[in-house]
Amino acid sequence: MSKANILVIDDEAQIRKLLEITLQSNDYVVAQAATAKEGLVTAANHPPDMVILDLGLPDINGHEVLKQLREWYTNPVIILSVQSDETDIIKALDNGANDYLVKPFRTGELLARIRSVLRSKVIDELTPVINIGDLQIDLTLRTVKKGIEAIKLTATEYNLLSLFARNEGKVLTHQYLLREVWGPGYINQSQYLRVFVAQLRKKIENDPNRPDYLLTESGVGYRMVGKE
Amino acid sequence: MVTSRFSRIDRKYQYIISVLIVGIVASACYPLSHIVSYRALGFILLISVSLIAMVFDILPVLLAAALSALIWDFFFIPPYFTFQVGTTEDIIMLCMYFVVAMVNAALTYKIRRMEKASILQEERENTVKLYNTLLNSLSHELRTPIATIVGATDNLQSNTAKLTPQNRYELVAEISKASFRLNQQVENLLNMSRLESGFIQPKKDWCDINEVVYDTVKRIEENKIPQQIGISINPDIPLFKTDKGMLEQILYNLLNNASLYTPPLSRIDVSAMCHADVLEIIVEDNGPGFPKEELDHVFDKFYRLKNTQTGGTGLGLSIVRGFTEALDGSVSLENRTTGGARFTLQIAAETSYLKNMKHE
Repeated sequence: MSKANILVIDDEAQIRKLLEITLQSNDYVVAQAATAKEGLVTAANHPPDMVILDLGLPDINGHEVLKQLREWYTNPVIILSVQSDETDIIKALDNGANDYLVKPFRTGELLARIRSVLRSKVIDELTPVINIGDLQIDLTLRTVKKGIEAIKLTATEYNLLSLFARNEGKVLTHQYLLREVWGPGYINQSQYLRVFVAQLRKKIENDPNRPDYLLTESGVGYRMVGKE
Repeated sequence: MVTSRFSRIDRKYQYIISVLIVGIVASACYPLSHIVSYRALGFILLISVSLIAMVFDILPVLLAAALSALIWDFFFIPPYFTFQVGTTEDIIMLCMYFVVAMVNAALTYKIRRMEKASILQEERENTVKLYNTLLNSLSHELRTPIATIVGATDNLQSNTAKLTPQNRYELVAEISKASFRLNQQVENLLNMSRLESGFIQPKKDWCDINEVVYDTVKRIEENKIPQQIGISINPDIPLFKTDKGMLEQILYNLLNNASLYTPPLSRIDVSAMCHADVLEIIVEDNGPGFPKEELDHVFDKFYRLKNTQTGGTGLGLSIVRGFTEALDGSVSLENRTTGGARFTLQIAAETSYLKNMKHE
């Protein structure tokens, strides 16, 4: 893949500088905008492969910027937030953000998220098997193997795992998971999710209490990752 | 603080109540006037004015004093039902009654004002003291990491030729540690101001206690602490409906406190269980424990143990208590008989035993 072009929209010059150096030294091409208006214009004139958007912009609220972007822009958006307020993050994810980072963040973490959203594997009905770490999920046969060992899952466990697997690297909110696996009537029944994630971890993790695959995003949701 | 509660009564009602009291006392005395001398009854009226003076503002009291003097004169001093006074002696008595009642009112008022002023003064002094403590510990806790960052970056910028790669690596590691510490202090301050503002609203949702404990321990272990942390959780523990973020912050602060104030290689143990819909989490260590006389104060804001090493703002444990109370729980501290400290957290919450659910 040619060098990915990333647009950074953040009003803090220090953060822009930090991101510029980090991203350029990792072979990304960086464009910058200090205000929402400038960012929206730049994105429209030279559509980037990805946008990093700060939620706390001085001129237009970050959620509004995201909404305006999403009216036409389909590439990944990662949001940056200073508040560890989860409702803000969930709102952005619901409005089409692909991922989020809370300031202060580790640049290693940022690069991993960028790689993950840019990879954006196209997974549809035609993708027969997904490999994540030692796990092998066969979407046609609805079977799961860890290494060579077959793992027996209940139907709900399988539905949950395959949803995670099809969205590898992406954070999935509690409400999204409940809606997709159990149905719209269950979006407030988070106890189902807690129990099934715990059960799933017992079956797929080496140590269910120190998970490698199914990570908790506190207050937001879960994320499935392969061992890097 | 009885006085202040009464003086908060509306001034209008104070007048009415004063008049009523004088009226009632006078009516009660009236039937006695045949058997008790009117001079003794004058003292009873005077006492009722004194009692009013203890709780009401000066003007209603002066009204009560004047009114009671007139009533005494009109109804009790012969000749009855006139404002005339028969003997010279009684004129002197009446004048003295009036003066004593006024002086009484004025003096009580003055004393109460001084009392109020001294309470205010004391409160102000306490605030100043608290503020100074805060400024001292804060300026230390914030400036130390800032000084480290400034110093290390200066060194890296201007002293490049003399620094070995090892030096450079160490300086960068110090910057990293300092910024982590700075972030943690800011987090504490934000949490404290959330508590102080009173706007803290727990967001309760179902929590897997295993996840809460293991994730928090993992976060603490990322600080490369020199102690060992053991975890024991009852396998049958249900889900609890509580604020996971706040619970994690409580546990983090308890673990952080244990790791800061116990020697390297100490053992810290976390255990969690459920007693009849009460979540109980215990954090204990085998360090030196707390001085007995300070056990009661460790949760106070800005409280630091006497003779502790520098570091810490005295905020961590007060946030523990504030958050626990916001979750309708309680936290207590005791020294273990075998040595070391034991923090016990108890939070009553809705539980769910869905573990063995078959939802297919």
